[in-house]
Formats: sequence, C-alpha cells, structure tokens
Amino acid sequence: MLMNLQKAEYILRRLLTSVFVLLGLTVITFFIARVVPSNAAALYIGPKARPEDIERVTKLLGLDKPLPVQYLVYMRDVLKGDWGTSISSKRPVLQEIASRFPATFELLCTAMIIAVATGIVVGVISAQWQGKWLDILVRAASIVGVSVPAFWLGLLLQILFFRNLNILPLSGRVDSDLRFTHPIMVTTGIYLIDAIIHQNWVALKDVCLHMILPALTLAAYPASLIARMTRATMLEVQSQDYIRTARAYGLKESFIVYILALKNAISPTLTVIGLTLAYALTGSFFVEIVFNWPGLGMFTVRSLLNLDYPAIMGITLFGAIGYVLINLLVDIVQTWIDPRISLS
Amino acid sequence: MRDPILRIEDLHIEFRTSRGVIHALQGVTFDVMPGEIFGVVGETGCGKTITGLSVLRLLPRSARITQGNIRFEGVDLLKISQREMRSIRGGKISIIFQDPSTSMNPLFTIGFQMNKVIREHLKFSREKARERALTMLAATGLPDVERIYDSYPHQLSGGMLQRAMIALALSCEHSLLIADEPTTALDVTIQSQILQLMRELQQKLGVAMILITHNLGVVANMCDRLVVLYAGRVVEIGESRSIFENPQHPYTRGLMSAIPAPGSRGNRLSAIPGNVPIDPGALKGCVFAPRCAFVMPRCLKESPVMFHLSKDHASTCFLAERGDLF
Ligand SMILES: Nc1ncnc2c1ncn2[C@@H]1O[C@H](COP(=O)(O)OP(=O)(O)OP(=O)(O)O)[C@@H](O)[C@H]1O
Ligand SMILES: [Mg+2]
Repeated sequence: MLMNLQKAEYILRRLLTSVFVLLGLTVITFFIARVVPSNAAALYIGPKARPEDIERVTKLLGLDKPLPVQYLVYMRDVLKGDWGTSISSKRPVLQEIASRFPATFELLCTAMIIAVATGIVVGVISAQWQGKWLDILVRAASIVGVSVPAFWLGLLLQILFFRNLNILPLSGRVDSDLRFTHPIMVTTGIYLIDAIIHQNWVALKDVCLHMILPALTLAAYPASLIARMTRATMLEVQSQDYIRTARAYGLKESFIVYILALKNAISPTLTVIGLTLAYALTGSFFVEIVFNWPGLGMFTVRSLLNLDYPAIMGITLFGAIGYVLINLLVDIVQTWIDPRISLS
Repeated sequence: MRDPILRIEDLHIEFRTSRGVIHALQGVTFDVMPGEIFGVVGETGCGKTITGLSVLRLLPRSARITQGNIRFEGVDLLKISQREMRSIRGGKISIIFQDPSTSMNPLFTIGFQMNKVIREHLKFSREKARERALTMLAATGLPDVERIYDSYPHQLSGGMLQRAMIALALSCEHSLLIADEPTTALDVTIQSQILQLMRELQQKLGVAMILITHNLGVVANMCDRLVVLYAGRVVEIGESRSIFENPQHPYTRGLMSAIPAPGSRGNRLSAIPGNVPIDPGALKGCVFAPRCAFVMPRCLKESPVMFHLSKDHASTCFLAERGDLF
C-alpha cells in the first residue's frame, strides 16, 4: 500500500518533469523557428519571397510583437494543432506528419521488437557461454552490428535477397499490384494490423515480406547494443552476492539465470533500449530512403532538400515529443521492475 | 564416540590468478560434531570464507580444490553429482553471509525468496511454504511477519534482514549451518542480539553450526570447539575452553590479546605486527615465523607438524611440542 503510494507519487513526479522538458523543447523550437533566423518571415515563405509577402507574413506570424507574446502565440498554435503549413505541399504540417507517421511507427515497432527479443536472448546466451566460441561469435557479430551503417547494410540485404536470391521484394510497403487485387482498407494506417482486422491474408503476407528487410536493417544496431548490454549486465549480476545466495540455497540453475539474474539485468538494459529507440528513430530515416518507405523519414529528407522550414520544425517538435514519451515509458516500466526506484 | 557430521581432511585450495598460483588453503583438517557450534577463527585473508564455501562447492571459478576431501554425513561432497549437491545446498547445509544487505535479491520480496527455497527442498505447496516462512520469521523475533514477508530487502534494516536470513537458513530442517561473519556488517548494538538469537535457535533445532569470525571474543562466548587458521593452515585446534585457558600457539595468543572490546567494530586484529603473506605456499618453514615473537632458527627451516597436547587440543608449534610456550 505504502509502496503503491510512493510509486504513484514517483510517476506523477516524472510526468511533471516530462511536461517541463516538453515546455523547454517548445522554447527551443520556437527560438530556432522565429528568433535565430535573421528574417524568419522570408524563410517561412521560401526562397521566392517577395517584399510585400514578407511584410504580410511578418504580421501574420506576429513577428512585430514582443518575444514573450510571440512565444505564447506559438504555444497556443502548437497546442491547437496548428503547426504551420508546409511550403512545398501547402498542407498543414501536422496533417502531413500524421499521414506518414503510421508507416514509420510500424517499421520502428517491428524493428524494435526484433531487436529487443534477439538482443536479450543472444546476450543471455552469450553470457552463459562466456569465453566459448559461441560467445566470441556473438561478440564479433555485435561489433559488426554497431559499426555497419544502416544504409550500407540495407543495400547489401537488397542485393542478397532481391537481386541474387530473389525471395524478398526490393522496396516499398506493399506490392503495387496489391492495390488492385487485394487493396488494404486503412483503419489504423499500420498495415500489419489493418490487414489482420479486415482478414486480408494475401495482403498480410505481402506486407510481412516487405517488412523483413527494412526491419532487419533497422534492428541491427539496437539488437547489437542490447545484446552487448545484456551480456555485460548478466555477467555483472551473476557475480553478485544475492546470486551466490540463490546458488547456496540449491535453487535450480535455470531459475537462477532466467528468472532471478535476468530480472536484475533487465533494468540497465531497459535504459539502453530507451536510448537505442531514439537512435532507431533517426536511423529509420536512412532505412526509409534505401527501401523507399513512405514514412516520416522520406518526408524529412524532402523537407530538408526543399528548405521546407515549417515542416522541419514540425518534425523536430514531433520527434522530441516522441523521445520524451519513450523515456517516460521506460521510467515507468523501471518502477514496475525495480521497487527501489521510486525511493531515489 | 559419535561420528562427526562434517569432516574436512587435508584440504588444499589454489587460486589461479594472472599473477600466478596462490595456495590459499594448505592441508586444513577439522571435524564438526552434530549439534555443536564450531568456531573458525583467523585474521582477514587466512582462508575462513573459502573453507566455508568449499563445503557447499561454491568456490569462485578461479579456485581449485587440489587435494583433500570433505565428508558430510558420510558422503564425500567432492564426488557427488551437481544434482545431489544442489539438494544438499539449502536442503541440508545452509549458509549465512556477512552482509545481509547484499545477500538478498533486491528485486524480489523476502517472502518470494524464502518460499522458493522451502518449496524446492521440502516439496511444500506454495501456501504451506508461506506458513512455514512466517513461522520461521516469527521464531527469529521479527515483529509483524506478514508485512516483512511482503517486503523488499531495501525496506528492512540490516538487523531485520539478517534475522530474515537466519529464518531462511533454518527453514528447511538443515543439519549444518555455516555462518560467515554474520554480525560484522551490522550495527554494534545488535551484534550480540543476533548472536544470541543464533545460539538459541541452534540449540532449539539441534543443528550444528560453523561460526566463522575474526573475533576471538565472539568465539569464546559461543563455541564448543574451534580451529585457528593462519595463512591457509591450521595452527591450533581444540576445545574452546582448553584453548582459551591454555593457548598453545603464539598466533592464538596474539589473537587473544587483540580481542576487540565488546561493542567495537571491525578492528581486524592489528595487535600482531606484520601481515599475512599473500602466497603462504612459497614460504619455507613455519608460515607464522616471520611475525612470531618466539621464532627459533628451526622454525625457518622445518614445517612444524600437528602436536597433540591432549585428546582434544592440538597445535602446530615447536614450542607446544617442547611444552615451554609459557
Ligand atoms: N577470488 C579470488 N581470487 C584470488 N584469490 C583469492 C580469491 N578469493 C580468495 N582468495 C585468496 O584466498 C585467501 C583467503 O580468502 P578468504 O576470503 O577465505 O579469507 P577470509 O579469511 O574469509 O578473510 P576475511 O576475514 O577478509 O573474510 C585470500 O588471502 C586470497 O589470497
Ligand atoms: Mg571472509
């Protein structure tokens, strides 16, 4: 009971800090968007701005008003969902992001599930076989995994599985023919789920096949990092006194390793998972380009190339919010694993 | 005469380290009788802990038992399978470590940890194991045992945790309890309470106990018999009373003059000048000779052998043999 109160209080505190972090973030994006550029209005319109347009936009954005007022206006707009208008598409930025987010989310989630599952399993096995050939193999593979650039790995996999073996599709989320034969009805925007909801099994298979290469490419780095971390913490935990106690009291070795030690090792690993997720978010941009994946990454690159200022600011804010939320989630899961956390 | 419950014979343990082989134990021999409290005494680094761990076959990976044997209730512990060993660990022999705050898993409740061990060895149902755990916790004098059962280690004080550890260590009808400096990490005010509790329970349940300590004062109050180790060797062994009244090794005498005043903490016997040699195996002659106030030329050349002064008192000192230590 006391425990739960402490836990609730801790989570509340973390929520509050997250809110403050987000507020801080909006201050930063506000400054980058409105204050840092010498002529924000010109940037906002794009390269072909005429003087009269600039004047109009200056008024429109309230750039003639004092800074605190400008910030409040900016915040009001952000909260209202008005994140500006994309210069290249002339559509609201938030709408552009929302329409592309499911594709990225789907890729990211699949990749992270693969990364976490293989990372932890491989890390535990590697620790159990410490110093044996299996462990050496895993460690070598994980070094390769963290050092190979994602786009290069993506290209390599394409050459191998598309060109040489021809068993997996080259790119995209679905086969173009599928639009006519078995079109996916979009409910969530996440094709794997949509195909299941509407029992479109042909599409599901196609979506899965398209998912494999980009997801593996994206998973390589986080999986390697998680495996290394799991291995290290498993070894560290197993030298602890409480594990010696468990052995001294005759508990089964499998119970000691896979229940006791693993729970102790998962907490530091979880922090790494939070960090790699942030990495994977940026990594997904490269992967999306290599695999022609119609998500936020492609949108970001296009916006960067077009100097689509409002879109870039929107993506920055969106990514930052995602990052804060992920870390909040990781912290909440931590309290659930480690009873000591809410005390510190 | 009864058979000993534990018989350690000529035990040699080596550590393979990056700086070479360390001969940590060299020919340690002693018996522990059923139901007695047997003390293992010596300065830090003399091999007390590894003696205790070797009984449970829990030595660190770098350690190797190169010679000797360990018989428990007539079974050679060094020969039995891993599986048989597992049922003895926690089932017949239990152990209490020095620091209670690190010897319980921080992520699981006291109850979970006790319950698991009881079910493993007594084959109880979850519910019955819980009853048993609560009874044992209550027997150690802990209040509000239901709450403690559901507590995590960090929610209890060191003294309470050590009581819980004792409850765990006695929960499965064990016949031997190894207590490795069970009070050293505790607050001085509760050290004697814990020791008294251990003796009470030990007598009530009739388990034999090996009490490992660097504090001869503790041993004097608690133990029936004891062994004094120095640098991995037995220097004196016998009945406590006999040893205290008539110590027959200069090292034991040094330890006795260094008994910490009651209540003082951790004073690791600094009264004897010099240090324990890192690798006693490399020395010729008596291992204690470099620090001995009574050293003779002979001590540097020959290793003294065990000299029996009486049926239950022996020492490895040439002076004891000559009978003129005092
Ligand atoms: N992991 C290890 N690696 C190498 N040598 C070790 C290791 N553990 C112990 N030793 C050696 O074994 C000797 C005895 O160690 P042990 O822990 O049994 O001493 P102790 O009598 O329990 O001391 P303390 O009073 O400090 O607990 C040490 O002096 C050391 O040389
Ligand atoms: Mg010790």
